[in-house]
Amino acid sequence: MTVPQHDELGVAGGAIRARLGGGLRQNGMVLALLAIVLFFVVVVRSTQGIDFLSAQNITNLFLQNSYVIVMALGMLLVIVSGHIDLSVGSVAAFTGAASAFLTVKLGWPVWAVMPAVLMIGALIGAAQGYWIAYWRIPSFIVTLAGMLVFRGLTLWLLQGQNIGPFPKAFQALSTGFVGDVFGPDKPNFTALILVALAAAAIVTSGLRARAQDAAFGTEPEPAGLFWARNAVVVAALMFVGWKLAMFRGLPNVLIVMSVLVVLYAFVTEQTTLGRRIYALGGNEKAARLSGIKTDRLVFLTFVNMGVLAALAGMIVTARLNSATPKAGVGFELDVIAAVFIGGASMSGGSGKILGVVVGALIMGVMNNGMSIMGIGIDYQQVIKGLVLLAAVIFDVYNKAKRA
Amino acid sequence: MAAILEMRGIGKSFPGVRALDRVNLEVEAREIHAICGENGAGKSTLMKVLSGVYPHGSYDGEILYDGRTMQFRNIRDSEAEGIIIIHQELALVPQLSIGENMFLGNEITRGGVIDWPRTWARTRELLAKVGLDENPTTPVEKLGVGKQQLIEIAKALAKDVRLLILDEPTAALQENDSATLLKLLLELKAQGVTSILISHKLNEIRRVADRVTVIRDGSTVSTLTRDEITEDRIIRDMVGRDLAHRYPERVPQIGGELMAVRNWTVWHPDQPRKVIDDASFTVRRGEVVGIAGLMGSGRTELAMSIFGRSFGRDISGTVEIGGRPADVSTVNRAIGAGLSYVTEDRKTLGLILDEPIQRNVSLANLAGISARGVLSRGREKAVAEGYRRDLGIRTPSVLQQVVNLSGGNQQKVVLSKWLFTQPQVLILDEPTRGIDVGAKFEIYAIMNRLVAEGRGVVMISSEMPELLGMCDRIYVMNEGRIVGELTRDEASQERIMGMILRSEGRAA
Repeated sequence: MTVPQHDELGVAGGAIRARLGGGLRQNGMVLALLAIVLFFVVVVRSTQGIDFLSAQNITNLFLQNSYVIVMALGMLLVIVSGHIDLSVGSVAAFTGAASAFLTVKLGWPVWAVMPAVLMIGALIGAAQGYWIAYWRIPSFIVTLAGMLVFRGLTLWLLQGQNIGPFPKAFQALSTGFVGDVFGPDKPNFTALILVALAAAAIVTSGLRARAQDAAFGTEPEPAGLFWARNAVVVAALMFVGWKLAMFRGLPNVLIVMSVLVVLYAFVTEQTTLGRRIYALGGNEKAARLSGIKTDRLVFLTFVNMGVLAALAGMIVTARLNSATPKAGVGFELDVIAAVFIGGASMSGGSGKILGVVVGALIMGVMNNGMSIMGIGIDYQQVIKGLVLLAAVIFDVYNKAKRA
Repeated sequence: MAAILEMRGIGKSFPGVRALDRVNLEVEAREIHAICGENGAGKSTLMKVLSGVYPHGSYDGEILYDGRTMQFRNIRDSEAEGIIIIHQELALVPQLSIGENMFLGNEITRGGVIDWPRTWARTRELLAKVGLDENPTTPVEKLGVGKQQLIEIAKALAKDVRLLILDEPTAALQENDSATLLKLLLELKAQGVTSILISHKLNEIRRVADRVTVIRDGSTVSTLTRDEITEDRIIRDMVGRDLAHRYPERVPQIGGELMAVRNWTVWHPDQPRKVIDDASFTVRRGEVVGIAGLMGSGRTELAMSIFGRSFGRDISGTVEIGGRPADVSTVNRAIGAGLSYVTEDRKTLGLILDEPIQRNVSLANLAGISARGVLSRGREKAVAEGYRRDLGIRTPSVLQQVVNLSGGNQQKVVLSKWLFTQPQVLILDEPTRGIDVGAKFEIYAIMNRLVAEGRGVVMISSEMPELLGMCDRIYVMNEGRIVGELTRDEASQERIMGMILRSEGRAA
């Protein structure tokens, strides 16, 4: 055929719109986060006379939300592969209880407890993933069962009591800070240097991606937009870094979280493993007929989820300095909400780590801000629910408009 | 005869695209009027204008029906006038019974409660009209595609159809089901129903159509009367130029044996019966080997069971590729052994529709674009660009989502994916299904290039002319067995059908 068809002519516009649309969403998310932060800064100051972005509160924000971000990384993979995991709250509670049992009751040292608990998480993930991957039992059902089972086992293990307190070394996972090698004076130079390095890394990797795009003829994002976005990100990072440095330095959990975020962003976007998970979620049959071992991949995403739930369980337990039977109730909803606010698709195959992190931060900032304002838990739930709904409606609307 | 329908100067635009531009269509009462055109020519859009899917006001031009101007706001309006469209994707609810489907949204009620006795009785009458002898309470999913198609027609009859529009009704049907359907159309015509038939199958059009309107690039090209209808004329009008030959020239250069499958037997995954029974066949270098057979004869099952045991259980038999025993026990090993399988259903089995072209191309050979598990986006893009040029995938960018491509271009993406695994033997299952004439020619040309490079191609197809036009050798399958083998010179439609019919019912 020499005559191009209509649908092919229409496609060029579609490609450009799709590209802008994807970029707009990412940028839009960051802007939404900034807007929400700004909103609370103004409102909290005028109503309560408190600085929302005080060093204390920024530290709190990370400590309170680290578990959501950690689990959301695993949940993204689960959701991208086309599944769901409702058990993570119970699993976090159970692994937290297990860490208390091992540390407090049995007197194990911290260096033995942490890997052992992560291993327990892996086994739990494997036990659920086995039925989902190899027996094709819907993940909703398997993990709903897991949610009940592990909540029950938590109560059993704790005998309905709180177990604590923990030795300092264990608490350090949550409430510890990275010491300053340059001495105890403020600001904490180690923190400043680490944050500056992170900012530099973000900009250089962005530049490298742009150079790559240019080299292979992909139309890059407009330079102005690129620099504007990076300027905002770097400014925000340095601001947070400065605040933290003037307070107690970088929380250990922030370091753990950052390393995990970078690792998962790399795995999902740059490796064959990540690519296969997206392919599995995009079209499982086509993936299988292309030689991808889809069953094993599903199994592994659940094992991974179990490990991250165990890590989150320890972080929460360390922060509270005790394991409680009620720990982790409703966590699964926060985590799943963060993933969907972050732009993942319910049907699998799409979603990005950075979106999920921003999604989790939006939820976290709202939790924190509303609590400071003294908004009742009743209204908080309503507002969070509406934000989740709005984010997803926004996505669906955009998709429909592009189609 | 008077015109029942006149569509005058129909134009319809979508953002950035003029899909229809001054289309004229005149359908006479009690005729079967075929509409031909390549994919994307505007046939379906035109029918959506006619049936009210695109409401009055969203298009230009006018629709005259029985001489009256029509302004349909939705499908209900057009159905009220007896204009009923049957889409390519059947609109039946699989779990519901025939009777429930028949009156879905149109239930026979008494005081707001469904009148079941009358529903079943009416269903039985309508089934008789389309020549089906089925229990009205049978769930639709228990029926084959052919019968489901007839149920759709019966459903149209239930709504007192006067103008029946069929959008590629036989695309998914096998030969004898298609024949039944076409016969039914002729009977309906005798009873006074006018039909519009959209089809790619030119032999069918020749068989039943009174007139043909050809549409190209959103405009009417010609309307041919019965004695003007020839395949060459239709193709010329559709494509806008002569296709000197339907199949590109190739001088066969056939070498030694490349693949041999021996005594291949496969059991059904959940029924106690053999799906493939002791099948053996060979492929030589530079050879296009065809596998003919009716739907359900086991062709796809044969291919999929060989390709990494993707179908069936208790598989026995041997595969040799390049003279050595080949391990094809998983998809990965089959790929490693030099085998590729292009599925018959590219949308559900072959492509990740929401992902860009380049990610689809690399999917079966991620090792080829990565080092130690880390992907190189640049390599990936370069590879995809290479195939885009090589196979002529028409797209502004390899970052384009596959879902936005036409059928022919999608098929080229699937072919690219498999070529990137460097196969020696490609099994192509219905490689030209649902793609238009021009793109078919291009796919054939690609096949010829593959064999010219010394590879072997196995082509499974329901279109016998295509097998006869392309293959050096044809195996005939029936009921899971290979019941005959014909060389290019021996092969003819009659001989193939003869082999199938003579072998019927002889399975163990």
